[in-house]
Amino acid sequence: MGILVILEQKGNSIHGMSLEAVAAAQDMAEKLNSKLSILVMGNDIDPLTQQAKSLEASEVIAVNHELLKEYSCDGFAEITKQVVEIESPEFVVMAHTYMVRDFLPSVSVFTGAPFIADVISFRAEDGNSVFTKQMFNSKLGSDIVVRGGSCGLVSFQSAAYQASAVKRGDTPVRQIELSLSQEQIRSKSEEPFQESSGGVDLTSADVIVSVGRGIGEDTKIPMVEELAKAMGAEIAASRPVIDSGWLPPFRQVGSSGQNVSPKLYFSVGISGAIQHVVGMKGSQSIIAINKDPDAPIFELADYAVVGDLNEIVPKLTEALQNQ
Amino acid sequence: MKIAVLIKQVPVSDSTFRPAENELWIEEGQIQYEMNENDSFALEEALLIKEKRGEGEVVVVCMGPSGRAPRVIREALAKGADRAVHIVEEGPFETDPHQIAHILFESIQSESFDLIFSGLQSVDLGMGQTGVLLGAMLGMSTATLAMSTEIQEDKIRVKRELESGWFQWLTLPLPASVSIQSGINTPRYPSLKGIMGAKKKEIKTINKTDLNLSEGLQKVTRIYNLETDKQTEYIEGDPDVQVARLMDILKSEVKVLGA
Ligand SMILES: Cc1cc2nc3c(=O)[nH]c(=O)nc-3n(C[C@H](O)[C@H](O)[C@H](O)COP(=O)(O)OP(=O)(O)OC[C@H]3O[C@@H](n4cnc5c(N)ncnc54)[C@H](O)[C@@H]3O)c2cc1C
Ligand SMILES: Nc1ncnc2c1ncn2[C@@H]1O[C@H](COP(=O)(O)O)[C@@H](O)[C@H]1O
Repeated sequence: MGILVILEQKGNSIHGMSLEAVAAAQDMAEKLNSKLSILVMGNDIDPLTQQAKSLEASEVIAVNHELLKEYSCDGFAEITKQVVEIESPEFVVMAHTYMVRDFLPSVSVFTGAPFIADVISFRAEDGNSVFTKQMFNSKLGSDIVVRGGSCGLVSFQSAAYQASAVKRGDTPVRQIELSLSQEQIRSKSEEPFQESSGGVDLTSADVIVSVGRGIGEDTKIPMVEELAKAMGAEIAASRPVIDSGWLPPFRQVGSSGQNVSPKLYFSVGISGAIQHVVGMKGSQSIIAINKDPDAPIFELADYAVVGDLNEIVPKLTEALQNQ
Repeated sequence: MKIAVLIKQVPVSDSTFRPAENELWIEEGQIQYEMNENDSFALEEALLIKEKRGEGEVVVVCMGPSGRAPRVIREALAKGADRAVHIVEEGPFETDPHQIAHILFESIQSESFDLIFSGLQSVDLGMGQTGVLLGAMLGMSTATLAMSTEIQEDKIRVKRELESGWFQWLTLPLPASVSIQSGINTPRYPSLKGIMGAKKKEIKTINKTDLNLSEGLQKVTRIYNLETDKQTEYIEGDPDVQVARLMDILKSEVKVLGA
């Protein structure tokens, strides 16, 4: 029993979000008075194991296998299942990354442990472990518990915990040998690639005007472009605007686009879904226009303008042009 | 090629949500429902595959109440799906993704689909796993976040979205369950002919209560408004007043304009 936190590798280092997951797991272990183990899996994982050693825990469990060199859903799910069977943790903790979305549901089916995904906080209450996640388009919260004593697989949303809160230590390493065969990995993957960046670096922009689906149609994009121009800003967008082809992909902000932290992020007709928010919450100031007073973006904004963008944007552009 | 598409009807995303009195669901009174956005991309992808191959069957699978689920099922049939399986769930609505996948499993297990397409995530529960759970239960290979697909004999090649604008192609053997990310295609509108034709298409109904169900693995104990500690200034008034205040902020507080 105890908490098992699984690290994800990015290049030769620990994925930034995995450090947040370690902070979450350390907090859980403390509140539940449980032992904490850290799992690293991959091929040639010495550098990763060394980094894991410096995190405070009871032990680092290292699984090295040549078939884990590249990520595959089948390989990672199979190894995780074996570790869960051997170690019988109370909770398996990871960051809610794209890799986790991909393979943790399979682990859930193989082990019969529920996958509580995209959690924003944890608390221990009357002997129960309670996880909170966002529901209904990030507008409401819900408390979730594991039913009847089974193991729980939990993934934490980006920034639910701070990587800087991770406690450091000098943790002993235990290698374990597990078996995995080529036939168990059904998929074949090709090299990752990036699509063209378009030469625009949103990350260095001081002011960004960002447009969302609230704009309604592509014929209104120029109206927001005018505003951006009058403000000396770069224009950016939420995913639906990009999906509809109204602006090019390199202008997308969010988990599948760019991470920006301008002096001012001026959002127009964006609801503030978490996948968008992770890409802009580091902005120094946030102004948001939305007609819905309950829009989640307002919870993050310094200034909330409740109203119709079709009225406000042209007036603001004019005021800027006249000053 | 026999393709199942999992479609869910969900509250329109910019609805105002209030927790229900028992705090286990939402107040449904004013809420409008629509097809989960990712699912309409999944449906389109299935229809495109069928059209390109000139053969095959697209079956939509939907669990939801008899009052409103048939509307999204008809919409999918009108767009070109061949038939539907409707699992009738009158509420309280299941919130455990494992249980939902198990219900879907019981309902379609005997159909031997070559492919299952699902949305990456539902707007209401946002569990982000139902399609993969179902695929794994059926022993299928699985992939998530598809941004393009190609069928090759007994395989499917999937372009997966990775983080921060990266992608990767992956080839999986069929049968496979693949979750679809938004933007993969441009979902069509139903044609008038499609709408007329949909009336004649088969909708098989299964009652959730007739299925052999276990307890479930996770449980929602409370749904509520989240509090934040962020100080937000609400700029009220008519648009002219709002714009005047905005100009003020831009000049003197955020200081992105020359004074
Ligand atoms: C794995 C994954 C990755 C994702 N990656 C990203 C990403 O990188 N970036 C991203 O943005 N999203 C991403 N998404 C999608 C994200 O979940 C949301 O669907 C998306 O951010 C919503 O965009 P939006 O706010 O523009 O649209 P909506 O949520 O539809 O919001 C539109 C808003 O406009 C308002 N509005 C409408 N009309 C008006 C008007 N006249 N005046 C003022 N306001 C108005 C509405 O009240 C509403 O709040 C991702 C999702 C997943 C599952
Ligand atoms: N009740 C349901 N009926 C049909 N499909 C569903 C249902 N619930 C979830 N799904 C499918 O699973 C996907 C992911 O949902 P979720 O795991 O809740 O985020 C959805 O986009 C649908 O394709």
